[in-house]
Amino acid sequence: MKKHPVNREIASTYFKSGRKQTMVAIFGVMLGMAVYMFMNSMNKGFARSANDSFFKAVPHLRVYSDTQISEPIAPDSDAKSLIINPGITPTSSRINNPEQLIELFKKQADVAVVVPQVGMSVFYNNGQSQMAGRTVGFKPAQGNEMFQIKSFMVQGAYDDLDRVPNAIIIGAGIADKMSVETGDRITVTSPKGVQRLMTIVGIFKTNNSYEDKSKSYMNIRTAQQLQREGDSYVTDINVNFTDFDLAMERSADFTALSGYKAEDWQEANATFVAGSRMRTIVITFVSLTLLVVSCFGIYTILNMTVSQKINDIAILKAIGFEGKDVIRIFVYQALTIGIIGIVLGILAALVLVNLLQKVYIGADIGYFPIRFEPWVFLRGSMIGLAITFLAGYIPARKAAKVDPVAIFRK
Amino acid sequence: MYVLEVENIRKKFYDPVEFEVLKGISFGVKKGEFLTLVGKSGCGKSTLLYVLSTMDTDFSGKLMIDGEDVSKLSIDRLAQIRNAKIGFIFQFHYLLGEFTCLRNVMIPALRLGLKSEEEIESLAMQKLEILGLADQALKPASKLSGGQQQRVAIARALINDPLIIMGDEPTGNLDTRNTQIVFDILKDLAHEYQQTIIAVTHDLDFARASDRTIELTDGAIL
Ligand SMILES: Nc1ncnc2c1ncn2[C@@H]1O[C@H](COP(=O)(O)OP(=O)(O)O)[C@@H](O)[C@H]1O
Ligand SMILES: [Mg+2]
Repeated sequence: MKKHPVNREIASTYFKSGRKQTMVAIFGVMLGMAVYMFMNSMNKGFARSANDSFFKAVPHLRVYSDTQISEPIAPDSDAKSLIINPGITPTSSRINNPEQLIELFKKQADVAVVVPQVGMSVFYNNGQSQMAGRTVGFKPAQGNEMFQIKSFMVQGAYDDLDRVPNAIIIGAGIADKMSVETGDRITVTSPKGVQRLMTIVGIFKTNNSYEDKSKSYMNIRTAQQLQREGDSYVTDINVNFTDFDLAMERSADFTALSGYKAEDWQEANATFVAGSRMRTIVITFVSLTLLVVSCFGIYTILNMTVSQKINDIAILKAIGFEGKDVIRIFVYQALTIGIIGIVLGILAALVLVNLLQKVYIGADIGYFPIRFEPWVFLRGSMIGLAITFLAGYIPARKAAKVDPVAIFRK
Repeated sequence: MYVLEVENIRKKFYDPVEFEVLKGISFGVKKGEFLTLVGKSGCGKSTLLYVLSTMDTDFSGKLMIDGEDVSKLSIDRLAQIRNAKIGFIFQFHYLLGEFTCLRNVMIPALRLGLKSEEEIESLAMQKLEILGLADQALKPASKLSGGQQQRVAIARALINDPLIIMGDEPTGNLDTRNTQIVFDILKDLAHEYQQTIIAVTHDLDFARASDRTIELTDGAIL
């Protein structure tokens, strides 16, 4: 035989009898919930959009040969003073045995893409005009896989990097300054003094004007030739993980593994990271405060119910309800209000997200960068439930302590 | 063998001034006995009944119910004992106003959970019929007259077939006609159904109809 849930029956009767205040409390939870989910989804969307464009220029992890301070030649074993002369040793920026390292990196867990590249400072020349910049050479297919370059090309065909000899893709800022377009030629001068006439096969535009004014991409072979090096010459190995958040914890592994400096994107871009962290902190704080305040309605209504029903509580205790039954009755009531509010809040947030998704912003952002974020919604619901529980539990505990004799004597 | 027995019950109040309201009370109630407690107003009848009902645990002495010493039990355990073994009728008709009469009668049995909801419902209907309230069963309790509410409270006290029914001036707040009705019901319960009853009253007719009357004076049995 199933035991009748009498506590729940009493809770739902109380829930129905205070209709007007119940509605107000539900509405409060709904509002707080909707705002919480909406604000946090928006933050997630912004972060994703910023990261997307950010990782079009920066790999999750960059392994390169760092200039180093010279070490003492012999260890200071017997605590005798050794004369040392610390200074920067002139190591070359090349990575030895790149093939072997690449194979090793590819075998590591969570590694998505490994792209070796040759990077160098260059001068671009077209007639009288000259600009300084940076060029990056890689295998075109690999480079696109890592940086999604095709997605921000505004002219030309990316794949021509492979087809056209001495092909180059330049930033829109360079093209403007030097007044060139796809099909034109410019001279590129390397640090080794090699000059080469190159064909512009495409122009890209990011939302970072500094990149656009300096950066160019070419085939790795061409870059190696500009440095008068053979085809094993590589200056950086870029690594992308399945999740960019992994980079920080894995960088030490990769340093140990390769013997070169492995720098994660956070380390390389502290300002960017700090900015987005600050935005997240502010939004989390504001939205959480709103959520907590919105659940106060439940606390108020339950406090009121407990005082109104003090006779009922005394009767229930007299006929054999225990303290924990009384607590359950009022916590059920609070949870009912909370769950209805949370469900309505989720619906309202979904509607808001859907509406904003259709708003066109323009530039390379396109549509408003917001979408349904399951984790934000789940976390919001959990927090809402926890606060609701507390908002019910505190008055309920007071109700459980009611002394029936004191009530009957009045 | 007593269903309820007290030994040297003492209780003090400290507010506003210290005074001993129960001064060493001892007696026993046999199964099927109809006992009335009488005494002047303020002599401690209600206080004693709250002790007997297990709702008041702040006393010294020994309280035995159904052969078990309950004086030292936890309040949760006492709640279970009240639920299963004691039916209480108050002076004021204390019902849950937002529930129907039927539901009010059913709640202690639903709490006990020994029978299915359907069984409990038909049992509750039966009790309401005995008390002449079958036609009021589905009305909210707050819509009934005082006399009717007190009869619903009696039905509720009976629903779990309690060992003892306790009443604190169960007719104290009723008009003459309703007093007579409630009276007759309690007498019937005692004499025809051998229900053990302990009732506080100041009505001498009522006391006369009982098997035994205990008179309290200033917190002691005369
Ligand atoms: N909570 C309390 N605090 C202090 N004194 C009380 C309290 N409850 C009752 N009393 C006093 O105890 C005495 C007995 O009260 P009560 O048992 O209600 O008497 P009766 O029911 O016989 O009229 C009275 O003098 C009353 O004023
Ligand atoms: Mg009294």
